[in-house]
Amino acid sequence: MKRVVRKLKLLEPALVRTSVKKSFIKLDPRVMMKNPVMFCVEIGTVIMLVVSIYSFAFTDQGSPAYNISIFFILLITLLFANFAEALAEARGKAQADSLRKTREDTPAKVVISDRIMIRSSSSLRKGDIFLCEPNDVIPTDGEIIEGIATVDESAITGESAPVIREAGGDKSSVTGGTTVLSDRIKVLVTTQPGESFLDKMINLVEGASRQKTPNEIALTILLSAFTIVFLLVTATLKPFGDYANTPINIGALIALFVCLIPTTIGGLLSAIGIAGMDRALRANVIAKSGRAVETAGDVDVLLLDKTGTITIGNRKATAFHPANGFDIDQLMECATLSSVADETPEGKSVIELANSKGYTHPSLVGFKGDITYALPNAKIVKFSASTRTSGIDLGTRTIRKGAFDSIRNLVEQSGNKLPQDVEKFVKDIADNGGTPLVVAENHKAVGVIELQDIIKPGITQRFDRLRKMGVKTVMVTGDNPLTAKYISLVAGVDDFIAEASPEDKLEYIRKEQASGKLVAMMGDGTNDAPALAQADVGVAMNSGTQAAKEAGNMVDLDNDPTKLIEVVEIGKQLLITRGTLTTFSIANDVAKFFAIIPALFVVSIPSLQALNIMHLFNPESAILSAVIFNALIIPLLIPLALRGVQYKPIGADALLARNLVIYGLGGIITPFVGIKLIDLIITPIF
Amino acid sequence: MNSEIIGIAFIFVLTIALALPFAKYCSRVLKGEPVWSDILLPVERMVFKWSGVDPNRPMDWKENMTAMLVLNGVFFVVAMILLLTQTYHPFWNPDHIGSMEPTTAFNTAISFMTNTNLQHYSGETGATYLSQLLVFCFLQFVSAGTGIAAMALLFKALTLSESGKVGNFYYLFLRSCTRILLPVSVLLALILVWQGSPSTFKAAAEVVTLESDTLHVATGPVAPMVAIKQVGTNGGGYFGPNSTHPFENPTYVSNIAENVAILFIPISLVFAFGYYTGRRRAALAFFGTMTIMFLLLTITSVYFEMKGSPAIHAMGIDDSLGNMEGKEVRFGAAASSFWGISTTSTSNGSVNSMHDSHTPLSGAAFMLDMMINAIYGGVGVGFINFFVFVVIGVFISGLMVGRTPELFGKKIEAREVKIAALVAIAHPFFILLSTAIATHIASRQPEIGWLANPSYHGFSEMLYEFTSASANNGSGFEGLGDATPFWNIACGLVMIFGRFIPIIGPVAIAGSLAMKRRIPEGAGTMKVDSPAFVAVLLSVIIIIAALSFFPALTLGPVAEYFSMIVK
Repeated sequence: MKRVVRKLKLLEPALVRTSVKKSFIKLDPRVMMKNPVMFCVEIGTVIMLVVSIYSFAFTDQGSPAYNISIFFILLITLLFANFAEALAEARGKAQADSLRKTREDTPAKVVISDRIMIRSSSSLRKGDIFLCEPNDVIPTDGEIIEGIATVDESAITGESAPVIREAGGDKSSVTGGTTVLSDRIKVLVTTQPGESFLDKMINLVEGASRQKTPNEIALTILLSAFTIVFLLVTATLKPFGDYANTPINIGALIALFVCLIPTTIGGLLSAIGIAGMDRALRANVIAKSGRAVETAGDVDVLLLDKTGTITIGNRKATAFHPANGFDIDQLMECATLSSVADETPEGKSVIELANSKGYTHPSLVGFKGDITYALPNAKIVKFSASTRTSGIDLGTRTIRKGAFDSIRNLVEQSGNKLPQDVEKFVKDIADNGGTPLVVAENHKAVGVIELQDIIKPGITQRFDRLRKMGVKTVMVTGDNPLTAKYISLVAGVDDFIAEASPEDKLEYIRKEQASGKLVAMMGDGTNDAPALAQADVGVAMNSGTQAAKEAGNMVDLDNDPTKLIEVVEIGKQLLITRGTLTTFSIANDVAKFFAIIPALFVVSIPSLQALNIMHLFNPESAILSAVIFNALIIPLLIPLALRGVQYKPIGADALLARNLVIYGLGGIITPFVGIKLIDLIITPIF
Repeated sequence: MNSEIIGIAFIFVLTIALALPFAKYCSRVLKGEPVWSDILLPVERMVFKWSGVDPNRPMDWKENMTAMLVLNGVFFVVAMILLLTQTYHPFWNPDHIGSMEPTTAFNTAISFMTNTNLQHYSGETGATYLSQLLVFCFLQFVSAGTGIAAMALLFKALTLSESGKVGNFYYLFLRSCTRILLPVSVLLALILVWQGSPSTFKAAAEVVTLESDTLHVATGPVAPMVAIKQVGTNGGGYFGPNSTHPFENPTYVSNIAENVAILFIPISLVFAFGYYTGRRRAALAFFGTMTIMFLLLTITSVYFEMKGSPAIHAMGIDDSLGNMEGKEVRFGAAASSFWGISTTSTSNGSVNSMHDSHTPLSGAAFMLDMMINAIYGGVGVGFINFFVFVVIGVFISGLMVGRTPELFGKKIEAREVKIAALVAIAHPFFILLSTAIATHIASRQPEIGWLANPSYHGFSEMLYEFTSASANNGSGFEGLGDATPFWNIACGLVMIFGRFIPIIGPVAIAGSLAMKRRIPEGAGTMKVDSPAFVAVLLSVIIIIAALSFFPALTLGPVAEYFSMIVK
């Protein structure tokens, strides 16, 4: 499937400009307070400003140049953190804006007591009804209450093929910004302006209504605890130093404090969360809350519809099996004739298969879809629920095709017997997951058409990947258990629900949840709504009904049933990025200790020079190098925070070992190198 | 290999060999399954009947913790009364020892109630036989029983799903005392008597020396008290010099027996976790994590002690036996170091050498051991402390594998992280804050005369004292004038907070986990028994415990060490 390419460069100049401006605005303490770690840095910055001014008048707190340097580095640390958040917001907003552009003000033909008035789309309220005719842009989201139309939804989904939307049923929903191509429809407005899913998502990204997710809250608590303990470590150093006759100046204490508290993850935490939402949006999924994205990473069970997800569209005819006494051409003729009027994909595939085997019915040469022209005396027999067969009557010839038991009834009622080999074909096909269609001419079985599901290429590997993530896949299908079992085996899903009704889905979800598992599913119909609401992650297709969209906690603009898999990965990536950067941030402390602690005491306790294992130039250069490293690491990690740490489905233990080596060990080593380099660079100043 | 090292390796291996079968027994006792010690059932029934407690009523974690606090409150009051009225003790006071000074009594009562046994008095001159038995010996049992019972609540809670009834504290408490502590103590006491420890109610013996001086040699019911002191990770010695005293620890054999006893129950209880919950691999991983740290600290201490002190060496004195200052010749440097690490890691606190006289980095290893306070740890509470690090470790590594973190099938959420984080920072908080206050006073009023040694070593003495108090260890760096109101009260408060916050917090976490629904483990679930998780645990412990004390240790033992070697 082609998708609208909305690629943004990581540092899009326009976004960078607004983000820089915003990083200053975000210095407002009322805003900073939401982030306890960075708020502490802000307090430290203010203290350093005071100390800098003080140091011009008095000499006991170090030189003004040294204090001012620390002040500026801390200020820059704050700005870097704010910039990360602002950039993530700006990118999310840009993403949402490009979607919102599709709903710029368009004229709407509002129906008011049978008269049509042209109004601006922004004036539409919930409950209004508007009319759309060919080439009209649908002004806002709504539900068709009258008519049927083909709609071009490429502005939203990137899919160029038009789709059919009609009143009633599961395809009644239209999206603002899409274009009606043919016919006319009446649409009921279902949302207030500013309350559509897209608007909600934009709010989530922009921060106005952004709420911390449960894991984010827990992590903030842990980071605050680290901050408190390091505050204590730093504060108690003052009396310890006094006792040891080593007065420590305020600048050094604040530098130590800022270096020890987890500023790296503290500064990037909200950016990571926003970027997660943004990645979902880029996958054309609108999440109704950050929590939903996070929960997706925890999903244990995925309910996937067979059609469209596991198999391509519909079943196709793959073979003809003539009965004893008939040859394949006779069967192909009957099969073709019984299918000429069959509009279903299965019916069409029968003719295609016959064609591919070199058979064309003579009267169908030049056939232009008009059966009365090709076969003037034909009488079409449509599929009916009572006979459960369909076919054609040509004079005295009656040709029927249908499921095995309905054809058997037909044959046996007229006193004939169904040949044994037909029964055998039917059984073999069913055993292999296919669907047998028996063809009969004049109440005698001619042979069997074999229909098979075509499994999507690559889907088995994706299920493998999911299994390695620990996610169980469940195929939901209307097929009988035998067919379902076969397909589930071939496709490699873990379980299936055959002959599934919406109630079955709901039941299955409840059962899994009762054993403590989290379930995700995708759906579009109104009768999916209860299951969507029950599932922990319910992704509604944008083409689905309003009820389905309300019930789920995400909406997929692409209507792509495989999207669930992507959503799970986005959720996992979000958590992993937080976890690894926390590890990295805390691991950095080891090197910072070795930079700053000897620097604090070495003047009065020269033997502690032995702890200066990086051989930093002097105490002041050591402290400055550590603070500079601490500041610089934030922008250096912005790309990682925004793109997310790559998720590899290699099993939890292997993944932990891998990330521990990269971000834990890496987090210990990197600052040793970084601080040493910075020290070498700034040494000439001293 | 050096016979001194073979000696300590023997102690360690013997402990583990004995702990494995005993762990199974402990698990059965705590689960209430039939065991041979059921012969004590009639006694236990009588106690419950007499006290009117229903031992079979399941309680939630709050009720259990209330029960624990009330019971300990009663112990404290009784202990205070007995210590303040020693002059009036009707019997078991043949040496006519007087009442304790109030703040010392306060400190001592808390100290024994909290399983710390920091002793700001000297047993042979400060306590009557009645106090020794009814206060010290009794509290050494019940405080250890309190720890084991609290841990059993935690075990039970981790096996529950959607239920808050974590067990009955009274039942677990009594069983821990009668079935676990008592039998082991009796056995150890017998070994000690065999090796020559006295056990008598007679007054101090009078001995006339060759110079015709009359000496009063203190004696008393030593062996039983020393037994529970080691078995219950108490450490409160009968005599001031603790297990360096020949009556408390007469021979190398008694030293082995006591050192095994120090480690025995703490290690058994780690394995008991595996038997109790059926998660033996996890128990093994926890044991492995603790053992890695234990061995690193042991190697540090043994290395520096056997190497000897550069200062002594510089004086031209033969130090081929290692640093023997403050050590008993019958034990030697290695056994003294191993004991030191054993006693500081298990929050025992009994000593067989003067920790003050160890070389600086060996002293630092002792302090670090108490700062971590979860390497095997005190009976029961060691595992509880360790559990806090497990919760934090699981949280961080859970995120790293892309799932909301789970521990034993239960989600770790904001509530659990909040409690775990608070408990984890409580220990550094108490130690650093109280040491900061003490150093502040000491540097403003040097004339106060607390410190026998100036400079770094004096700082180490203060840091060690509060670390020992907060870790409920009870050993002292000595050289510190600690029997003053300031130290009595400050250490008393630190001991109380350092005891009950780290018990209540984790039990609350477990109680909250117990209420949650169990999530089946799958391929995406992180296992706590993998080597990677052991690495996470080690990092979490090192970063929280070691890094927050790094500056303080730098000013104390590390500065002392470098000043000694760098000229």
